[in-house]
Amino acid sequence: MPTFDYAPAPESRAVVQLQPAYGLFIGGEFVDGSGEAFTTVNPATEEPLAEVAEATTADVDRAVKAARAAYRGVWGRMSGADRGKYLFRIARILQERSREFAVLETLDNGKPIKESRDVDVPLAAAHFFYHAGWADKLEYAGLSGARDGARPRPIGVVGQVIPWNFPMLMLAWKVAPALACGNTVVLKPAETTPLTALLFAQVCQQADLPPGVVNIVTGAGGTGQAIVEHPGVDKIAFTGSTEVGKLIARGIAGTRKRATLELGGKAANIVFEDAAIDQAVEGIVNGIFFNQGHVCCAGSRLLVQESIHDDLVRRLKRRLAQVRVGDPMDKNTDLGAINSSVQLARVQEMAGVGEAEGAQRWAPECALPSRGFWFPPTLFTGVSQSHRIAQEEIFGPVLSVLTFRTPAEAVAKANNTPYGLSAGVWTEKGSRILWMADQLRAGVVWANTFNQFDPTSPFGGFKESGYGREGGRHGLEAYVRPDGSAA
Amino acid sequence: MSPRVEVRKTYKLFIGGAFPRSESGRSYAVHAAAGAFLANAALGSRKDARNAVVAARAAFPRWSGATAYNRGQVLYRVAEVMEGRAEQLVAEVAAGEGLTAARAKAVVDAAIDRWVWYAGWPDKLAQVLGGVNPVAGPFFDISVPEPTGVVAVLAPQDSSLLGLVSVLAPVIVSGNTAVVVASEARPLSAITLAECLATSDVPGGVVNIVTGRTAEIAPWLASHRDINAIDLAGAAGSPGVSWAELERAAADNLKRVLRPAGQGADASEPDWLTAPGVERMTAFLETKTVWHPKGR
Repeated sequence: MPTFDYAPAPESRAVVQLQPAYGLFIGGEFVDGSGEAFTTVNPATEEPLAEVAEATTADVDRAVKAARAAYRGVWGRMSGADRGKYLFRIARILQERSREFAVLETLDNGKPIKESRDVDVPLAAAHFFYHAGWADKLEYAGLSGARDGARPRPIGVVGQVIPWNFPMLMLAWKVAPALACGNTVVLKPAETTPLTALLFAQVCQQADLPPGVVNIVTGAGGTGQAIVEHPGVDKIAFTGSTEVGKLIARGIAGTRKRATLELGGKAANIVFEDAAIDQAVEGIVNGIFFNQGHVCCAGSRLLVQESIHDDLVRRLKRRLAQVRVGDPMDKNTDLGAINSSVQLARVQEMAGVGEAEGAQRWAPECALPSRGFWFPPTLFTGVSQSHRIAQEEIFGPVLSVLTFRTPAEAVAKANNTPYGLSAGVWTEKGSRILWMADQLRAGVVWANTFNQFDPTSPFGGFKESGYGREGGRHGLEAYVRPDGSAA
Repeated sequence: MSPRVEVRKTYKLFIGGAFPRSESGRSYAVHAAAGAFLANAALGSRKDARNAVVAARAAFPRWSGATAYNRGQVLYRVAEVMEGRAEQLVAEVAAGEGLTAARAKAVVDAAIDRWVWYAGWPDKLAQVLGGVNPVAGPFFDISVPEPTGVVAVLAPQDSSLLGLVSVLAPVIVSGNTAVVVASEARPLSAITLAECLATSDVPGGVVNIVTGRTAEIAPWLASHRDINAIDLAGAAGSPGVSWAELERAAADNLKRVLRPAGQGADASEPDWLTAPGVERMTAFLETKTVWHPKGR
């Protein structure tokens, strides 16, 4: 059979005009930060992209004050209809400038352009569009704090800290519902992926969003901590590691600050012997290799029924040999760069642990670029429940394969983790899907599919995967006062 | 004729559907608001609390897996049995809280009526709080509320029965199981409520009640790794209890925390006669979203 090679199909980066240096976005303007500027690099090439300001505690204080002033003066008292119109504007501008956002996201993050172009950016725009419509309909949302048809009240100033795996999408998940409900925000993007958030600041300017409604401060953990600890912040929304989530929960204990936490996961992707096997293979690949496995809800544990283990692993290896690893800007690339050298070291370490604990490591032969941060799609078979690669979140393109015999055993193994973010089930038997969905202690269950996201669909975890939901009617709860009290 | 010598009740713990004494062998004297001796209650220990958690975890699959209709009927049955025990509850509330008989009766009536209100909720929650999500793709996508798991409840200190019912019922209607620390100074009506639960087809372990010192037991519950959530209502007016410290300990396994009412660092006990909303139920619910493709 003839084989066909893919010719290079690079996306042009001419659509992006990078500035040499970026300041903080406070009160509607870009201002200098007081900390030491840091460099953000393209993880696929290690090429420096721009200098970014570091926000100190004093800078965060300025941002919170700007947010408070905007909340009191404009946004908190604006009609829902008007707030909605600003959000519709933002959604439209994101659509108009979508290619620019997609290219910048891929440059800064390392994810394949086909993902930033087809998933991250369109979904981000959709989140703004969806929440724009809620702004003047909140009294119909059936929220806890609004009995007897009362209009739900915003909380005030929201501090938001987001991760590097879906920079623009996580921004949208956080900012859109906060603004729709009448809150103002201080948002910190991750230190390795600040650029799309700073481009979003320009979108806010183009939309004539009142100054101070959205403030963006860049920096590392210290900046995030300053946001969490600031007494003027009424609510924290955080997406990131369970470790940091626990620090935040401890930090706000005994205060009246509220928090929503979207944390880690170690999702089981469960394949029964009657599953549509080739569809399942596609779902497994999507589940763990989408976005280089930098996904909190990634299907990082494959639980396969013993009777089909050998056949499934054989098909999976055949499929993985076709995965194209390399230049994220190439439109044919499936697996891009690992986001940072720090993360690459973590993935390498955990893969080493998997081998040391006795699991069998396999990866297809693939040439990795000489510069940048790369890790091949990797499979571990012979993994047992007690192995660290079955227990700990790796956050990279590494799949651990375990087996089960009965549905009850699959459930027990799937739930045997402190996490509870997501799970996958593959079977052609409808009653079993519904039974499994009941039994799995996870916030999202994908049956015969995986890694689907939508603005209308609530997302969030059980147990140590955090609390609160983002998206859908449920996601609004986090941004209104639970007791309906006046601001 | 000499007056009949009454048969008094021994107040014990309620764990796993049984009424054991504290494993510690300890008890403490409970006095009426006016000062008279009422009874010796079990002085529950850390070990008692841990046993209660084991019982609550064991009861969770069956209770959360029961049909909503079944849970509703079982809970309504509790109200029926409470009604039959009203006289005793009134006496305990009157003595413990220092209320007139008429006032205590009004409080007990409100407690029974509140239980009835919650008993009607199990088969409404999914329709009120869940629903189909209109996603932009060929998928059926549904979100449903599910119980969080084992919930620790610090019962209110002042309102020993109405307060207790107001915090306990919303926890268990959705399928959670509970470990309750009763009002420290007024624990008697909690144990009488336990007797109602035990005779109402509520499976053993769904509700477990420990009497004793809140300050002694609460920290072990707040830091317990097999508890999913904690209601800190009873931290208000509880000597030696810091709800901030309990919330901090609860962060170790990211328990869902329902803070006590009040402003800032202060905790206060709300007026439990105020009609409740859904907030105390939603505090202990998880939203689960299930996707499935559509196709021919």
